[in-house]
Amino acid sequence: MIKFRLEERAKSPYWLIILSPFIAILVAIILAGILVVLAGANPFESYYQLIIGAFGSKNSFAETLARATPIILTGLAASIAFRAKFWNIGAEGQLYFGALATTLFGTGLVILPSILMIPFLFIMGALAGGLLLLPLVLLKLYYKVDEVVTTLLLNFVVVLLVSYLLEGPWKDPMSLGWPQGKSVIDEGVLPQILSKTRLHLGFIISIFFAFSVWFILSKTVIGYRIKSVGLNAAAASHAGVPIFKTVFIVALLSGGMAGMAGVTETAGLKGYLTLDLSPGFGYAGIAVAMLANLNPIGVIFSGVFLASIYVGADAMSRAMNVPTYLADVIVALTVLCILLSLVFVHYKILFFGVKKND
Amino acid sequence: MIMTTLLKVEKITKKFGDFYANDQISFEVNKSEVLAILGENGAGKTTLMNILFGHYTPDAGNVNFEGNAIEFGNTNNAIKLGIGMVHQHFTLAENLTVLENIIIGRQSIFSLSLPKRQARVKILELSKKFGLPINPDELVANLSVSEKQRIEILKTLFLDCKLLILDEPTAALTPQETDALFSTIRNMIETGLSVILISHKLNEILAVSDRIIVLRNGSSVGEIDTNSADRKKIAEMIVGKKIDYPQKKKIPRKSKVLSLVDVSYDKTDAPNLSKVNLDLYGGQILGIAGVAGNGQTTLAKILSGHFKPTDGKIVFNEAKSVLTSPKSFMDLGVAYIPEDRNSDGIVGDMEIWENAIMTEMDDPYLRNSLGIINKKTSFDRSENLCETYDIRMQSIRQRSRLLSGGNVQKLLLGRWLMRKPKIIIACQPTRGLDEGAIASIQNLLLKAQQNGSAIILISEDLDELLTISDDISVMYKGMLSDPTETSSTDKLSIGLRMAGDGFL
Repeated sequence: MIKFRLEERAKSPYWLIILSPFIAILVAIILAGILVVLAGANPFESYYQLIIGAFGSKNSFAETLARATPIILTGLAASIAFRAKFWNIGAEGQLYFGALATTLFGTGLVILPSILMIPFLFIMGALAGGLLLLPLVLLKLYYKVDEVVTTLLLNFVVVLLVSYLLEGPWKDPMSLGWPQGKSVIDEGVLPQILSKTRLHLGFIISIFFAFSVWFILSKTVIGYRIKSVGLNAAAASHAGVPIFKTVFIVALLSGGMAGMAGVTETAGLKGYLTLDLSPGFGYAGIAVAMLANLNPIGVIFSGVFLASIYVGADAMSRAMNVPTYLADVIVALTVLCILLSLVFVHYKILFFGVKKND
Repeated sequence: MIMTTLLKVEKITKKFGDFYANDQISFEVNKSEVLAILGENGAGKTTLMNILFGHYTPDAGNVNFEGNAIEFGNTNNAIKLGIGMVHQHFTLAENLTVLENIIIGRQSIFSLSLPKRQARVKILELSKKFGLPINPDELVANLSVSEKQRIEILKTLFLDCKLLILDEPTAALTPQETDALFSTIRNMIETGLSVILISHKLNEILAVSDRIIVLRNGSSVGEIDTNSADRKKIAEMIVGKKIDYPQKKKIPRKSKVLSLVDVSYDKTDAPNLSKVNLDLYGGQILGIAGVAGNGQTTLAKILSGHFKPTDGKIVFNEAKSVLTSPKSFMDLGVAYIPEDRNSDGIVGDMEIWENAIMTEMDDPYLRNSLGIINKKTSFDRSENLCETYDIRMQSIRQRSRLLSGGNVQKLLLGRWLMRKPKIIIACQPTRGLDEGAIASIQNLLLKAQQNGSAIILISEDLDELLTISDDISVMYKGMLSDPTETSSTDKLSIGLRMAGDGFL
């Protein structure tokens, strides 16, 4: 039996910190490659198809970035919350709440010129996402109800509410019987930024928010408080950091980001609310945030990475006749490998009986 | 008497990265001997013990126990050879009985029953032999700290240990309990066992040990026979420099700054208080003695706004203010040094400068009106703090967890002193610190007193209370005694009151 133990490194070498996510991704891809082989396909050929499918043409590249848009925003939602150790697993529900707000205000109730209408929809979406979290924050702060449970379960409630609205009162009479909401008015639709593709302004907006969140977290008092509350709430409170207020702001920011993901999908990609608006973008955000080690700028890259896997896997699946579920496997393995790589970054592995010469 | 060597440690070296936690440490432990290992935090005591007990593998060196080489990194082997260790933080299962706790670690995880009957006989025998009274069927959750410690010691004796390692065993004991522990140690020595005692309490070490080894920065800097030891000399050996011991000066008492009127706390989340009355004056240091868990922490949390009393009044400056949050107490001039500086005081994973300005986030000098932190002024302020309070660090951009305990405490206390607090509530401010750091912290408190601050000093260290406080009250089961002038009391009478004497 091989015996080993972990020993904390006094200081992690820089090359290891930089290299470790790439090694982790490589390992994940190799592991998933075994499954590709089991599915009866050539893994090199398959991964080639995946890369071509994600980045091979203007259209596929645009599709990848369009897919990255909502998961960058939900990734930011998770990053902000997790930094304060507020475990918001409810980005999916908050996203749909943002989408509901877009449908409520963006389909004719309010009509403004485009330059005002788009920011207005984003503000409403953010408010909707933030407000959805509000009662859960209060439950946590006053009654210590675990937010993992409440935020997760509320996702299902919200999805059922959307389903009710789309099958009933909000159903678009012009939709030929499909359960979908009314179309967002032209002033509210996010313009294309690359002609003849589905890439829309939402991508730029999500990048803008990634930088904004980075600025808030690293340069301002609020960010500093969020960090202190996340790392040691007791010590922060003893130094006069207002814990309630800070967690409150975290929840509003986090829910707001997720809510805006609902806006980009409703007003940008689809133009109307549907039941399948989000194939789990809220949950993907958690993986994105983890991959980026909760760094908002890193979220941009991990968001694009995840999107490329999903988009590329569709192409791979068509070309190689392997299941698209492989995308989920690759993403899950990558997250696991990244988490494992953090262990290697922070700890040394010592094998028993190995003599060291110093 | 001929000494037989039980344990022989030769040139143990242990590195963490480039840092030598232990550097060529050698010593011996004889049969029937108490060896004390002294050293400040970070001197390498715990690392060394973890090597002996098989938690760590050293980079170089040998350890022989009764002539057999110890297999490093194997705790089971250490136990089998006869080495037992009682950690500072106990490793007992609260939901099991004393008997079960003692025998359970040695059972195979697949065995279905516990051999309780033979074990009970053996445990009761050991308990009688070494003067460790216990009830084997009591639930561990119902035991006091000193009783739990007895169980830990019995656990090692039950495994036929020949060498017992005690890590800071008196940290949470009353003076009387400490004496009882020492008489147990003497019993063990008489029956041929050996003890390694790790502590930073010099007086106790001098009272019970035969030989002392001093560690500093990972190296052994001296070995002394306790009989010929001089307290001050050892203290300076530990620190590596001259110590500026605090000199108490008489300060004229100023006006009353705080009183508590019949303050009670009756909830399940912390030890309760019943009708605590207290008056505090500017320029006064009021010491509060008591065994941990009798409500001192609750009192401190009430005084700093972290708990709300369920009954009674807090009056600041003869005027009742609206007090809602810890922040509102801070704004009134209250500074609070929590007893656990690592978990409640400092954010270890933030940088030193970030911790240094944590109380000052409203200061327009450090931030603009939009809430953007001014790094330059923040750095200046932090550098200034570290310089003023002699906080040793490599850089203010260093992570705070790398600071030694003394420097952490200087940072926390200095952070408050910069605000010129009216009232300082210091909980166990010197616990676990080395002599040099203790002296610095006590000097800082005395200086604050001279500047007019009123100080409540909650401490379990009676020497400390007797050295620097003007008056001493004792807390017992949530009740606070009237203060006695320090000059008219002594250790014995405080110790008795800590055990409940004089309380209804």
